Amino acid sequence: MSTRLANQGRLIDRSKQVTFTFNGTTMRGYEGDTLASALLANDQMMMGRSFKYHRPRGVVASGAEEPNALVGLGQGSRFEPNQRATTTELFDGLSAISQNHWPNLEFDIGAINTHLARFLPAGFYYKMFIHPKPFWKHIYEPFIRQSAGLGKAPDKDSRDADTYEHFYAFADILVIGGGVAGLQAAKAAAQSGAKVMLIEQTAHWGGRAPVDGGTIDGAPVDKFVEQTVSELEAMDNVTLRLRCMGAGVYDHGYVLGYERISDHKPGTQGPRHRLWRIRAKQVVTATGAIERPLSFAGNDVPGVMLASAMRDYVVNWGVTPGERVIVATNNDDAYRTAITLKKAGVDILRILDARNAAGMLADEARALGIRVDPGRAIAKVKGGKRVKKVAICNQDGIGGAREELECDAVAMSGGWSPVVHMWSHCGGKLIWDEDHAYFRPDPDRPPLGANGEGFVVAAGSANGPLSLGDVVADAHAAGKAAAKGAGFKPKNTKAPQGETTDEASMEAVWLMPANAEVQLRMKSWLDFQNDVKVSDVQLAAREGYESVEHTKRYTTLGMATDQGKLSNINGLAILADALDAEIPKVGTTTFRPPYTPISMGAIGGEARGEVFQPIRQTPMHNWHDKSGADWEPVGQWRRTYAYVRPGESVHDAVNREVKNTRENLGLLDASTLGKLIVKGPDAGKFLDMMYTNMMSTLKVGKCRYGLMCSDNGFLIDDGVVARIDEDTWLCHTTTGGAERIHGHMEEWLQTEWWDWKVYVANVTEQYAQVAVVGPNARKVLEKLGGMDVSKDTLPFMEWRDGKIGDFDCRAYRISFSGELSYEIAVPASQGQAFWDTLMEAGKEFGVMPYGTECLHILRAEKGFIMIGDETDGTVIPQDLGLHWALSKKKEDFLGKRAQERSHMTDPDRWKLVGLETVDGSVIPDGAYAVGEGVNANGQRNMIGRVTSTYYSANLDKGIAMGLIKHGPDRMGEVIEFPGTDGKSYKAKIVDPIFYDKDGEKQNV
Amino acid sequence: MSEPISALNHASYDGIARIEECGLQGMITLRGDLSDKVVIKVVKDATGQKMPGQRQAHVDGEIGVCWMSPDELLVLVPYAEVEAKLAAMANALSGVHALAVNVSDARAVFRISGASAREVLGKLAPVDLSPAAFGLGQIRRSRLAQVAGAFWLDTDDSFRVVCFRSAADYVFKLLKVAAQPGSEVGVY
Repeated sequence: MSTRLANQGRLIDRSKQVTFTFNGTTMRGYEGDTLASALLANDQMMMGRSFKYHRPRGVVASGAEEPNALVGLGQGSRFEPNQRATTTELFDGLSAISQNHWPNLEFDIGAINTHLARFLPAGFYYKMFIHPKPFWKHIYEPFIRQSAGLGKAPDKDSRDADTYEHFYAFADILVIGGGVAGLQAAKAAAQSGAKVMLIEQTAHWGGRAPVDGGTIDGAPVDKFVEQTVSELEAMDNVTLRLRCMGAGVYDHGYVLGYERISDHKPGTQGPRHRLWRIRAKQVVTATGAIERPLSFAGNDVPGVMLASAMRDYVVNWGVTPGERVIVATNNDDAYRTAITLKKAGVDILRILDARNAAGMLADEARALGIRVDPGRAIAKVKGGKRVKKVAICNQDGIGGAREELECDAVAMSGGWSPVVHMWSHCGGKLIWDEDHAYFRPDPDRPPLGANGEGFVVAAGSANGPLSLGDVVADAHAAGKAAAKGAGFKPKNTKAPQGETTDEASMEAVWLMPANAEVQLRMKSWLDFQNDVKVSDVQLAAREGYESVEHTKRYTTLGMATDQGKLSNINGLAILADALDAEIPKVGTTTFRPPYTPISMGAIGGEARGEVFQPIRQTPMHNWHDKSGADWEPVGQWRRTYAYVRPGESVHDAVNREVKNTRENLGLLDASTLGKLIVKGPDAGKFLDMMYTNMMSTLKVGKCRYGLMCSDNGFLIDDGVVARIDEDTWLCHTTTGGAERIHGHMEEWLQTEWWDWKVYVANVTEQYAQVAVVGPNARKVLEKLGGMDVSKDTLPFMEWRDGKIGDFDCRAYRISFSGELSYEIAVPASQGQAFWDTLMEAGKEFGVMPYGTECLHILRAEKGFIMIGDETDGTVIPQDLGLHWALSKKKEDFLGKRAQERSHMTDPDRWKLVGLETVDGSVIPDGAYAVGEGVNANGQRNMIGRVTSTYYSANLDKGIAMGLIKHGPDRMGEVIEFPGTDGKSYKAKIVDPIFYDKDGEKQNV
Repeated sequence: MSEPISALNHASYDGIARIEECGLQGMITLRGDLSDKVVIKVVKDATGQKMPGQRQAHVDGEIGVCWMSPDELLVLVPYAEVEAKLAAMANALSGVHALAVNVSDARAVFRISGASAREVLGKLAPVDLSPAAFGLGQIRRSRLAQVAGAFWLDTDDSFRVVCFRSAADYVFKLLKVAAQPGSEVGVY
């Protein structure tokens, strides 16, 4: 059984007991435990079930690479699935549930899949579910959805109780990983005076070196770590951060750090996670190495663990995973586990060394009375929910067992792989090191920065060296190299001397035993989380998957949440063997960020709840909100769609506003309309290029409606332009167009006409602008007094500066409704007061505020186009019958030449017309008009589409505009619009101006 | 004229830093050739300040001038004096190609103050706000999460932040989130 030892446990505080639950059972651990170590201490060997076959699984590793021990953590608004028990710090009250089983962990229906394994090989899903087609949706997909998947998503109605944030950090050198290599690299770098940031994913400095032993400069590793940390803490140019994982390295020295601030103390004030967005000149990856499993049958039975992990549990947390342990290895390092466990009082039954010769550590093990069997291997681990027996065979055989031993845990070591993820994220290349059987960073091909030089330096085990002395020396050099790369002069210091027992060289073992027969290979797991076995990869190779990337996708090797940290190298070695190719020829799959999964909350940062997105507000926003506004998003603005009174539907409100504005007086908050000041000696010339109309000839005091096209001829914006003085114009844009058109103008001024003397300023928000609309518009303004707003003094399409009541304003006689209409601009800080004044003064004239839907209906009644309704980026002014707005006098304007292209002048282009339903109904929005015949796909031919469609309360019928093939030539024809509601709408093609065709009402 | 009211009318919040909406501030966007003697003199006359260099802000209370781009300045004057200052500028610039326009009401201004002020802003703007990198006399036009914003230091732990008026509510809420209790980063 796995149990807590009486002593050891450098990271736990035995005076502080912690209570937690696993699947509802109360258990106890100590402060400093991880969930995994605490579960082991409670003899909870089985921690979950696998993804595909639902096999019982226990913890196999002790850190970020863990594939098996995934749990659902927390409850309700703090529930999170797929959390690794090995990286979850234990806290009082922690609640965890195991995953991927039904009805419970001990007894699981899905485990029948393991007996069907021979029918569920690699590619099974592809082969099985491809035919017949209809089966997918109704049978296969629901089945797979039910049976697949790891953790459950949080309850859809609960909301994450925590907050998250980003933080922008800047450093000359960022060191990722706070083991001895990271500490030494940071120190060497910081001694140059460079600004250094050091981040470590766990809660402790020093990495695994304190477990592995040895000395640095004659002192134990623990002392070195303690001293170096305190030296770094004392340096002003160094920032140290624990619980902060390097998640990804990107172009230009951009690195994401994932800080888990309060995962170990949930509910504390402040954010739970912080995403560090770091810019560094140089990045040192001191990310260590990960031990590889050995591929033998039953290597996934709970109780089989990485040798280093087993050592970690004993030394760090005082927990032994078993009482009778067998060690299988192809290298010397695993002997340390045997020695450590033996010294802790655990029985080591055998060290099965696949090699025939071992080094000094073997002598030390033997001296402790441990039996070492060279050339031996594990044929098979027996046991279901935990290890019961191990069958032992020769490594160079097919797996014929020589003996069977009862035991309760197995430590395995297949050698080590440097963690090259951070090196590789941004394009760093790897080389295959035959001696150590691992890929390591190729120092000659690092990820390149903007200057063409490398910006990532690998340090310590992440760079290849595995022995303490080499690690420290390499890290020291890496720190100096990074300092140099960042433009600093490294101090001429010597690396500390690390000493540890010399190791004999390892021998690559990709399959145990080397010629294992198929029954064994079918039980030899490569990818524990995705249930990929040696036999699956071999099958993929037989079926022609030669590329490692294809094999990965076919077998799902390395595609689980652990991204193959344990399985990738073993898998591609098997593939290489099956293809009879060299490992470096097969290559690795791509390393992509994040290193381990990071929370969606951290990615979103502060952007949730009321600051999920900016909502732009006009000065009268709060008034609208209190006055029944039904909101409509327009760009990032919120505009009032309609002011709904108690007892009214939104539709009722719109109809009321539509009628009242035509009959009495309406007020519209038009503040969102873009306002760009264009000034300079060349401003007239510039605007003649920007607009299709002539703007240079506009007289001071007058307004003109203008169209703006892209250089491809398509309409991009429209609005009223006012000439303010000799060299100043004010251009109104659409609400959504202000920033875009400002940018458009600046782009042309900065890139094409940089020598024209024109300045543009966006003054949209300087003004609150109110449209005062309706037959009583003049009356209310005259009642307030001030400037003369009579027809003669302020005629249609002119503007004047003056006062309305007490308000300094600019009054425009412009109309988007066809009614007598003024748009009055006042300073934004007086907008609400002005609005209040108009509402008060307008009472006797029947004033009502109106929203954007009323605005739309009023303009549609008049046949005025709306950018975004009648246009969609493919429409030119000619399509909309706006020829009158295209200057023929001008030599050029943006879009002019494009509009002369053959397709732009094609008479078959759909053109704007009015549409009037035969029965008065309203054509559905977006409906298409169908013509005779069918197209090549058997669909009815289309001859046009609706662009705007409304119920007009003033006309008491449906009105619409649409783009119709040969439309203007087909006046009076009735065409058909099939709706998605099963009905078909018949509409007559008519003039788009439905109301006051001669424009008399706006010009009074 | 009625009493002008700023976007959030002096709203404030106390978290790991103090957040205040500062009320109305006179602002003039001045575009022109920043090396032109007339433009330099206009700035001097309006603010008493020298022409700022790239990313510099010469600000003293309500009065000052900030560099916004190679041909744009933000001139700060008391709100009540904007029209008079603008008129004087327009007069002085009559022979020069330049644009001076009142943008006082188009903006909202916040103050972030206290020991954690730098960190609060550092959560929202992709700018190195360490004292060594960002000090008095500097200005940055950047972004605050998803909207445009500019800021400078009035004292070593007090920023003034300018954003568009329509985004004032968003920015205030954003600053409150960034200044929430317990969210100290502890790097500066």
